[in-house]
Amino acid sequence: MSPAQRRWMFGLGMAGLAAFYLWGMSGLPGFGNYPGPYGFVILHLAVKQTFATGIVSAINFEYRGFDTVGEEFILFAAAAGTGIVLRRLRGERDQSATDEAADREVPATSGAVRMVALLFTGPVMLVGWWLASHAQANPSGGFQGGVILATAFILVYLSGEFLVLKRVSPVALTEAVEAVGAGGFAAIGVAAVPMGLAFLTNYLPKGQLAGAVSSSGTIALISFFVGLEVGAAFILIIGELLEQTLLVRQGDRLCSTSRSWSWPGSSP
Amino acid sequence: MTLAVSTPYTVPIGFMDALQITILVLVAAGATAVVLIRQPVHQVLVLSAYGILLAVLFLAFQAPDVTLSELTVGAVALPIILLLTLAKIKKREE
Amino acid sequence: MQYFPFVVVAWILAVGLYGVVTSRHLVHQIICLIVVQSSTYVLLLGVGYVTGAVAPYFFDIPAHTPAVDPVVQALALTDVVVEAAVTALLLSFAIQAHKRFGTLDPQELASLKG
Repeated sequence: MSPAQRRWMFGLGMAGLAAFYLWGMSGLPGFGNYPGPYGFVILHLAVKQTFATGIVSAINFEYRGFDTVGEEFILFAAAAGTGIVLRRLRGERDQSATDEAADREVPATSGAVRMVALLFTGPVMLVGWWLASHAQANPSGGFQGGVILATAFILVYLSGEFLVLKRVSPVALTEAVEAVGAGGFAAIGVAAVPMGLAFLTNYLPKGQLAGAVSSSGTIALISFFVGLEVGAAFILIIGELLEQTLLVRQGDRLCSTSRSWSWPGSSP
Repeated sequence: MTLAVSTPYTVPIGFMDALQITILVLVAAGATAVVLIRQPVHQVLVLSAYGILLAVLFLAFQAPDVTLSELTVGAVALPIILLLTLAKIKKREE
Repeated sequence: MQYFPFVVVAWILAVGLYGVVTSRHLVHQIICLIVVQSSTYVLLLGVGYVTGAVAPYFFDIPAHTPAVDPVVQALALTDVVVEAAVTALLLSFAIQAHKRFGTLDPQELASLKG
């Protein structure tokens, strides 16, 4: 099918879709006139019922916790899938990688980038933990905190020390952390069942003050586990892609990363 | 102009409308720019800027949680993953 | 102003789909898919907006202030992070396709067999 024909077909299809969309849109109550009762009911009841002042996180981890379990396992499967699809490539490229890399001229990382990256690693990790553990009070939560935790590890790579990144987050440990995060969420939910409650009921004591760190029962705990899982998943994905593309400076010669990940302290 | 709700953090309703319309127009222009650029490496940079624009739009829609997610993912994590993939593909082509 | 955000959503969707259909590079196609996904976030948040309301966080404002709908924000929030991981999976497929067929042109890939 030639490109012009492709464009014509796209135009026809898009015209039909736009017609239906505009027809449907004209039945909406308009921007800003949200009519639905569900949102207002939750806003009315949420602070009293859960003692959490961050309503969005309360919805994510308690009212609609079942949907969040599903989404988290999508993330888990995507990270595992990336690892599987990319790892099979590595064995076949081992012999050709060292040959191509020998004469490549790689500019060194500049001193400013290394210093700034090293300085920011600690504060970024602190911010990530803070966000993951304060879901019930502020606009934060496990998902955002987890991604920021992963970027703290990327800063370690940016400061020039890829070998340090490999030692700090070996694949087996990161996968174990991710599994603990995903399994922890499911375990908290399942732990409610032997008590005679439904799956994912909030059974921990809710504390006195709304919005304090120790309040709102299982929401804080679930958010912490979700932060672990999301951070580990992103570290795995980025680590897998980094491993594929990188030249490693060891001493003063260049060698490629064709060996598999190893535990810290063992020789490559 | 009346204030929206009397908290320390709200602005007059007219300001919010003007801000939202401006950012929506910028987001539409940003999406068009991302699609019309054909080189993937250039597209990644424009995607990062588009992610920041989207984050400001979500802030104007009173959704700070989604803003934080979009900032970290769309402006940092996604460009990292895309650039690493492009480096891998370019390395194979050489 | 009543319907302007929804028109913008339709525009972003159309532009993104146009990019997917007429693309000559697999990574360009994946980036256009990211743009299409972003239109759904704008739609979700646009549906839940209440004029003159604040964000649904009552840490330092009284607990019954009129706020926007929090349910669609919860949906959009998990959406954003999960779609990034799914994009990473798609990119790993693109790397595999490049390794096996040597080309990243979707219109050529459609006619290759095995």
